[in-house]
Amino acid sequence: MSGIPHDHYEPSSRGEKWLYRRLPIVGLLYDTLMIPTPKNLNWMWIWGVVLVFCLVLQIVTGIVLAMHYTPHVDMAFASVEHIMRNVNGGHMMRYIHQNGAMLFFAAVYLHMFRSMYYGSYKTPREVTWIIGILIYLLMMATAFMGYVLPWGQMSFWGATVITGLFGAIPGIGEGLQMWILGGPAVDNAALNRFFSLHYLLPFIILGLVIVHIWAFHTTGNNNPTGVEVRRTSKQEAEKDTLPFWPYFVIKDLFALVVVILVFWLIVGFMPNYLGHPENYMEADPLVTPAHIVPEWYFLPFYAILRAFTSDVPIVIFANWISFGLINATFFGVLAMFGSIFVWALMPWLDTSSVRSARYRPWFRVFFWIFIVNFVVLTWVGAMPAEGIYTTIALLGTTYWFAYFLVILPLLGIFETPQTPPETIEEDFAAHVKASDKSEDGKGPKPEPVPAE
Amino acid sequence: MFKKFALSAALALSVAAPGHAAGVSGEVINFDFSWQGPFGSYDQQQLQRGLQVYTESCAACHGLRYVPIRTLSDPNGPELPEDQVRQYASQFQVRDDETGEMRDAEPNDHFPRSQLEEAPDLSLMAKARAGFSGPYGLGINQFLYGTGGPEYIASLLVSYTGESDTQAGVTLYENTAYGGYLNMAEPISDGMIDYADGTEATQEQMAQDVAAFLMWTAEPKMMERKQAGFTGAIFLTILAVLLYLTNKRLWAPVKNRAKKD
Repeated sequence: MSGIPHDHYEPSSRGEKWLYRRLPIVGLLYDTLMIPTPKNLNWMWIWGVVLVFCLVLQIVTGIVLAMHYTPHVDMAFASVEHIMRNVNGGHMMRYIHQNGAMLFFAAVYLHMFRSMYYGSYKTPREVTWIIGILIYLLMMATAFMGYVLPWGQMSFWGATVITGLFGAIPGIGEGLQMWILGGPAVDNAALNRFFSLHYLLPFIILGLVIVHIWAFHTTGNNNPTGVEVRRTSKQEAEKDTLPFWPYFVIKDLFALVVVILVFWLIVGFMPNYLGHPENYMEADPLVTPAHIVPEWYFLPFYAILRAFTSDVPIVIFANWISFGLINATFFGVLAMFGSIFVWALMPWLDTSSVRSARYRPWFRVFFWIFIVNFVVLTWVGAMPAEGIYTTIALLGTTYWFAYFLVILPLLGIFETPQTPPETIEEDFAAHVKASDKSEDGKGPKPEPVPAE
Repeated sequence: MFKKFALSAALALSVAAPGHAAGVSGEVINFDFSWQGPFGSYDQQQLQRGLQVYTESCAACHGLRYVPIRTLSDPNGPELPEDQVRQYASQFQVRDDETGEMRDAEPNDHFPRSQLEEAPDLSLMAKARAGFSGPYGLGINQFLYGTGGPEYIASLLVSYTGESDTQAGVTLYENTAYGGYLNMAEPISDGMIDYADGTEATQEQMAQDVAAFLMWTAEPKMMERKQAGFTGAIFLTILAVLLYLTNKRLWAPVKNRAKKD
């Protein structure tokens, strides 16, 4: 795999040869684990492993929780309390699962931002990017349906608002919404199917994760310089790369343990900090919460959804040109789905041939504005949709779309990029020497380790 | 459609069904509770006093439907002896699942539900209310002081101004912690209860005790959770240090080679 020349698995014993002729699975695992990986990967390349960990964690804790949970409107809330009070270790299981979803999203955003900064989505890695977006969409669907299961106030009203979005589609909307819910409103039928799908989708995500890994193992990893690994000979390739095992496995494991440590402190000492208190009230269709807000990881898109009110000029125009078919709500829905769609199209919207932001001075500026904008949208999504907040949301949404549809295409034409280093080897050596010097300045040199 | 929601939300607020609005606009006092901080734990005496306040004052209207009575004798809770729990349970009447007839409750039964329809269940109230938030939705106050559910409950109980207002035949009482008028009259007052342990039953004392008890009903496993958090953090720290050293050792020859070239 990966097109980078390297040693392949050779079955040596008789048993290995016997199996290899029938099923070359050991060879597959060997090549996957020993993939030549660019030496110069930095600490932003750890999130993939964190994400695999999250998926496994969620599946394992989720299966255990499902053994004790009851998907029925009269019993769901009580069964979650049963888990919290009576099931051995149930309170930890649930808090891990709940906060695990948040870790999952935190990691996926950092993973995607890393890809954006270092141009990992660019040719030849478009397919990896697209599969990644599909995984992200499935994660959103899974998390949304999972949030409904405890059947708290925010579960119920969040589900009502989000499924109501489908109802905003002209013509087919109401029928579609009813088909999704299995009835005219969020009720037992909806809770049951959400439970069923919440159990199913993670396994589809797992399948896509395997395809995602397969795709980037075919193209090879990107790296902080965006320069490709030399592939003309094995010797040259070995100057740019190291095998994934043990070098990156150990590095990633260290990073993973640090991430888990932070996660564990949150689970142990403030498991409800990132959740919404309202969800500890059982769902009541007759009482609407004062502010309906989704979990924090959906807030940027919630802000985009709510940014378009009927007095925004572009909404008025869309309404007029479509003979009233597109109203403000439907426009908001289109904007929300559109915001992820343009994100998915990034490989084709970015016209620059230089991958890494390290060598793109203007791109760096706009990228960091994008990140700040993402944080602002997250914040404004949690605020009430009134007054100054809708204006901020509208500005943020405008930048979101401008970033993908205007800035990325034009930057490739107008920006003069700097020259990346010739090889990864060069970059790696430069970094090692630079960090060596800075360590010299700081204090006593670490004990020299003899080279093998 | 959002207009519809905004409208119904505004309506829900203006009708002000008591206790339904989790967003708190009033003044919440930041009481010190024994379980705060990484090593804080429930004060068993306080939980027992809080149970007494709940039983003698709140239980007339409010239920604790998710709390099994037997957990009163669990470790890290009020830790009543089992015979006392049995005796305590028998004061409540429950409908038997099998016979369908009313009988005395047993430790394995849950506390009864709320007696009044408009009185919310209190099992999870300490987690369902946010005493602290902001500023500007940034979550900094929650981070520093906690979500503030029990602080909100205790504040609510001591923050009646004495003003009341009758609308459409319903009397509402002004409360600064609630940030307006609510339809629960001031439920506890100085000296209303004779504490079994002889503590002086001031209003503030009772408010804090019952808030502590409700924190326990909402989060009975808090001590176990913190213990797991602490133990896990130690092990993970050790593992992180070992992996850091392993990683450094593993990469040293690679980096040395790069330095020489």
